[in-house]
Amino acid sequence: MSVRSLLPARRPVPGVFVALALTLAIGWLVVTIDGGQLFNQSTTVSLLHVAAGLGLVAVGQTLVILGGSLDLSVAYVISLSTLVAAETMNGSDGAVLPAIGLALTVSAAVGLLNGLLVTRLRINAFIATLGVGLLLKGYLDSGYDGPAGTTAPTLVQTLGYQRVGPVPLSFLLLVVVTGAAWFALSRTRFGHHLVAVGGDPTVARLSGVRNDRVLVTAHVLCSLCAGLAGIYLASRLGSGAPRVGTEGLYDLESIAAVVIGGTALAGGRGGVVGTVGGVLLLAGIDAIFNQLEVDAFFKQVIRGAVIIAAVAVYAHRAVRKAAS
Amino acid sequence: MRTVQPRPLPMRLLRARPGGILPILAILAVLLVLVALRQPDFLAPPSLMSFLGRSAPVILLAAGQYFVIVSGEFDLSVGSLVTAQVVVAARLIDSDPSRTWPVVALLLVGGALVGLVNGLITTRLRVPSFITTLGMFLILVGAVYLWSDGAPKGGLSEEFRRYGRRAFEDVPVLGRVPYALLVLLVLVALAVLLMRSDFGRTLVAVGDNPRTAELSGVRVWRTRTIAFVLSGLAAAVAAILLGGYSGVSFQAGVGLEFGAITAVVLGGVALGGGRGSVVGAMLGALTLELLFALMNFYGVSGALRSTVQGAIILLAVAVSATRNASRQGET
Repeated sequence: MSVRSLLPARRPVPGVFVALALTLAIGWLVVTIDGGQLFNQSTTVSLLHVAAGLGLVAVGQTLVILGGSLDLSVAYVISLSTLVAAETMNGSDGAVLPAIGLALTVSAAVGLLNGLLVTRLRINAFIATLGVGLLLKGYLDSGYDGPAGTTAPTLVQTLGYQRVGPVPLSFLLLVVVTGAAWFALSRTRFGHHLVAVGGDPTVARLSGVRNDRVLVTAHVLCSLCAGLAGIYLASRLGSGAPRVGTEGLYDLESIAAVVIGGTALAGGRGGVVGTVGGVLLLAGIDAIFNQLEVDAFFKQVIRGAVIIAAVAVYAHRAVRKAAS
Repeated sequence: MRTVQPRPLPMRLLRARPGGILPILAILAVLLVLVALRQPDFLAPPSLMSFLGRSAPVILLAAGQYFVIVSGEFDLSVGSLVTAQVVVAARLIDSDPSRTWPVVALLLVGGALVGLVNGLITTRLRVPSFITTLGMFLILVGAVYLWSDGAPKGGLSEEFRRYGRRAFEDVPVLGRVPYALLVLLVLVALAVLLMRSDFGRTLVAVGDNPRTAELSGVRVWRTRTIAFVLSGLAAAVAAILLGGYSGVSFQAGVGLEFGAITAVVLGGVALGGGRGSVVGAMLGALTLELLFALMNFYGVSGALRSTVQGAIILLAVAVSATRNASRQGET
């Protein structure tokens, strides 16, 4: 055993930030040559808004993936949360707190269900969360044809649109949530246990970790994050939207952001800071292409290629490291 | 290792091993009884044959997905591949019958090529297949919209559509035999033969324990890549049948990848590889299709379908998972 492996598992700055800096630099150059401006007020604000929505979901997704699980139901949880929040508020400022409470409670309940299916009934996480997603989809499809409810004006004005300089309030919320998740992962018992469970469930159990409890907690936290993203989207859109989660591909994109951020899909390795880098990278590419007025479909092609390429680079480095 | 006296065949068939097809047969039987109670006409040969023909694309996709899953990987790109193939076929054929066969050949080559790229990226660049095929999904959907400017163009020729929606009529006893059913039967036979061949055994071994397989001299990357190619080919055939049956649309393949994975798991195949049979996977797909038909008969609204589907999948998988767990506890 080398000395290096005895050191605490400190992670250097994930490579995703290098990629992010390069992308933004090249993007800035290309956009400037094209005669546009990448970093003016409005593009920066919209970039951070996109990042806030996806980021909240992806931070939650990081927790379950670190634990060796996965959540494919987040897209439906987001839609459900927008509806619960907007319908409870129904346009009245007095109902903001109960509405937020209710939306988060419903989301947490879905997370609890996911967690129990994965741990108690030992259903593969992919199938369990896909099945729960289908349950929610049926409810959403049969109950709603279009937008419903009205978000309270105060919430729209604050979480939806208010900003501090160029930074939207929602992005600050993401920073706070990320900070909390980072603290939980690196400074609390729960965090260490979660990474241990994701790394090797058997070893974790034999060392006295209650795997089931840790994983259920991670699933609840993940759904809470998705519920929070739903509340943000409801305050952005002004109403509940039954398809906003699925149309935004939040399930697959959040997993992609986590993996681009350097977290291993198999669990046990990674962190939330990298995930935010992954989210910013995806949002940055989006902003650059918007400035260049690139076709939306072409953007998607590039997105797919970037996701594969980023992970290929990580895999390549991991192989080299293992060989040396 | 001690040698075990092989049990007599009937006993071996009855013993519900994990990954065996007995549970899925039981579910299928229950659904058939429910159908018979509600809509006895459905079990009359002609309508049953039509049902099997309609189910052919999904069953083929499940078989393709099985090859990938049993080798320890995922293929999330098949749904988008089907959409892409249908839209490409319509634009290239442009309602000109003489172009039918070249385009069919092109679709098969295209499907195999997409599978090859998925396989090589996954095995050679060591990108997890979940990410590879997710990226491929985004690329294919984006590319096909880009290429057709947001609306499908052209049209399929009657020769092309024939395979998805025509049948040999007036067959004695059976009534009618859809072309799609014949295509399905041939490919099912090929799939079963393939899984009984050396390659099939290697595929399962790779999924069960890639390291052991590697040490025993199997070229794991090649085996897995071939599995992806098979999945791509299955998607191409499914696209030809689906395009024929329901025509051209950007919705042609939406959600099929999750449907196929669900079917495979329902059929007793373990995600992660190494367990389950291709017959089980295809029966899983058939069960899922029968479930949808049943919901129609019982008047379940289209919107609630996914709820029922989700509940049944969770239930079926939970039952088999707890049974496996209790069996492991015994030994």
